[in-house]
Amino acid sequence: MAEAGAALHLRSYFQIAWLWIRAAWQYPTSFVLLALGNGLITGLDFVGLWIMFAHLDDLKGFTLHEVALLYGSASLALAVADTAIGSVERIGTYIRTGRLDQMLTKPVPLLVQVCADQFTLRRLGRLTQAAVVFGWACTYVDWTPLRVLVAVSMLLSGGLVFFGLFVGFSCVQFWTTDATEFANAFTYGGATVTQYPLNIFPREVLVGLTFVIPVAFVNWYPCLYLLGRSDPAGMPEAFQFASPLAGVLTMAAALLVWRSGVRHYTSTGS
Amino acid sequence: MSVTGSVRSAQAPLIDVRDLERTFDVRRRVDGGRRRVRDSVLAVHDLTFSVQAGEMVGYIGPNGAGKSTTIKMLTGILVPTGGHVSVAGLDPSRDRVELARRIGVVFGQRSTLWWDLPLRDSFDLLQKMYRISPARYRDNLGRFVELLDLGDQLDTPVRQLSLGQRMRGDITAALLHDPEVLYLDEPTIGLDVVSKGRLREFLRALNDERGTTLLLTTHDLQDIEALCDRVIVIDHGTSVYDGPLAGLHVEGGSSRTLVVDLVDEAPPVEVPGATVRRVEGPRQWLSFPADASAAPIVAAVAASYDVADLSIQEPDIEDVIRELYSRGAPEPLG
Ligand SMILES: Nc1ncnc2c1ncn2[C@@H]1O[C@H](COP(=O)(O)OP(=O)(O)OP(=O)(O)O)[C@@H](O)[C@H]1O
Ligand SMILES: [Mg+2]
Repeated sequence: MAEAGAALHLRSYFQIAWLWIRAAWQYPTSFVLLALGNGLITGLDFVGLWIMFAHLDDLKGFTLHEVALLYGSASLALAVADTAIGSVERIGTYIRTGRLDQMLTKPVPLLVQVCADQFTLRRLGRLTQAAVVFGWACTYVDWTPLRVLVAVSMLLSGGLVFFGLFVGFSCVQFWTTDATEFANAFTYGGATVTQYPLNIFPREVLVGLTFVIPVAFVNWYPCLYLLGRSDPAGMPEAFQFASPLAGVLTMAAALLVWRSGVRHYTSTGS
Repeated sequence: MSVTGSVRSAQAPLIDVRDLERTFDVRRRVDGGRRRVRDSVLAVHDLTFSVQAGEMVGYIGPNGAGKSTTIKMLTGILVPTGGHVSVAGLDPSRDRVELARRIGVVFGQRSTLWWDLPLRDSFDLLQKMYRISPARYRDNLGRFVELLDLGDQLDTPVRQLSLGQRMRGDITAALLHDPEVLYLDEPTIGLDVVSKGRLREFLRALNDERGTTLLLTTHDLQDIEALCDRVIVIDHGTSVYDGPLAGLHVEGGSSRTLVVDLVDEAPPVEVPGATVRRVEGPRQWLSFPADASAAPIVAAVAASYDVADLSIQEPDIEDVIRELYSRGAPEPLG
């Protein structure tokens, strides 16, 4: 994909997304209610954490604002990825309804169309909530120029990792239909796990979350650096700067799976 | 290999299909559903044909013959499992996105339009996707909306359109970018007689004025008779006839019928070159090959019987096709 190509794809993406936003605006009340409801539900998540801390002083050595940093950064990356490309999950439905056939006859790459289709801002609530928590937690960080850089690259790479996981696991639906639950177990499951300090899990789980489903790079490793902590699990210190690499690798793997999924696509009989 | 692109002459076919094959792996239940076995369905095989720019070709065959599968391979939706296909010099599945700019596709059973959005929004988005220049877009939209009488529906959400209106919307959507080829998979399905007629008129004009190549699948032979000089008949995944519509009669071994009204009831008449198919009182139906002359048979009947009236029935194209279908290809299908 050439540079110019990528810019064009991005433009197509926003053109399709814009169409859906305009369509949603035709029912402004339901849009606002949905966004509010979503924000409320995720807000309650965090209140749950808060209550837990009222009874515990810390979570395996992590204070409330430290957990908030982990929670906020992971939620932010997830919310961005989910808003941008969440509809890729629906690919099974697109296959069954023949929508995918239609998309395949349009001069815009399939992935761009699938991701932008039915674009919705109803996750805006979650996005705001995540940003507020992250912002609050950031005020406790002892900032240095390098830490700012790591924080920015953490958010971008985290988005990429989730993007890759969403796309990669959604591709399962090219081979078997109705695998949404299976895909969710990895994407949302992975996201939930990252809301906690990963040292609460056995080391084997941490290894899995590093090398298999690399969500530990979404927030855990870079946050250790931001907080100036040594790794309680004793993983190499280099991991704290490796998030961009993890993001790019996950994306690349996902795109390969996607391509082979599209070539394997068998359409429907009618 | 590098020269093939540059020597492609104007005469090179727009669509070129050679020994095309597509199989599907399916899982089938056996033993009353207790066991599942893998099976392979040969949807298209040994299919060869080519279409020149500007042709209007009818692509017909019984249910499950492989028509839609062929169109999906021509558009790049499905990757062939064997053989060769090229459209406008491109490999559809490999160069799918590039080819999409040059072709239009209408699946009669499914809409390409965005269900919840007004027709106009769908068209606007297509303009952006295909990067159609504003001037050309305005021209084309204006023309198709007028020809297809869609003016009043432009601001209606697609889900509120009738089937006929939606189909016209879909056809407009497929043509806004001036494609060189238009594939239509059962475009008249579910339309009333008047709408069908109008659609055919529109397609004919499109081909006349813009030279758009048309490949049309349908189960309505009147579509073919109205539009296509050439038909390809496909059965069990492979072509069993390719030629002018008129030639189907010969190929199908079809016959004409001489209806004889005798003055009195009589046993079946006996004349050379014709056989009696049916007797009903004094009326008898004699059939003879479509390509034979009726004159000697009429003369022979008149010479030996008292004839009150005579008439000749031309073969029915539907019967011919049915005959072709029932012969079928020898290949058994899963
Ligand atoms: N996605 C698929 N998976 C499995 N089998 C398929 C698939 N698509 C088509 N087939 C099989 O391939 C054969 C050809 O199907 P196809 O849809 O091309 O027929 P058709 O000529 O378009 O029929 P119709 O006139 O009913 O539309 C059928 O036996 C069908 O069951
Ligand atoms: Mg079909």
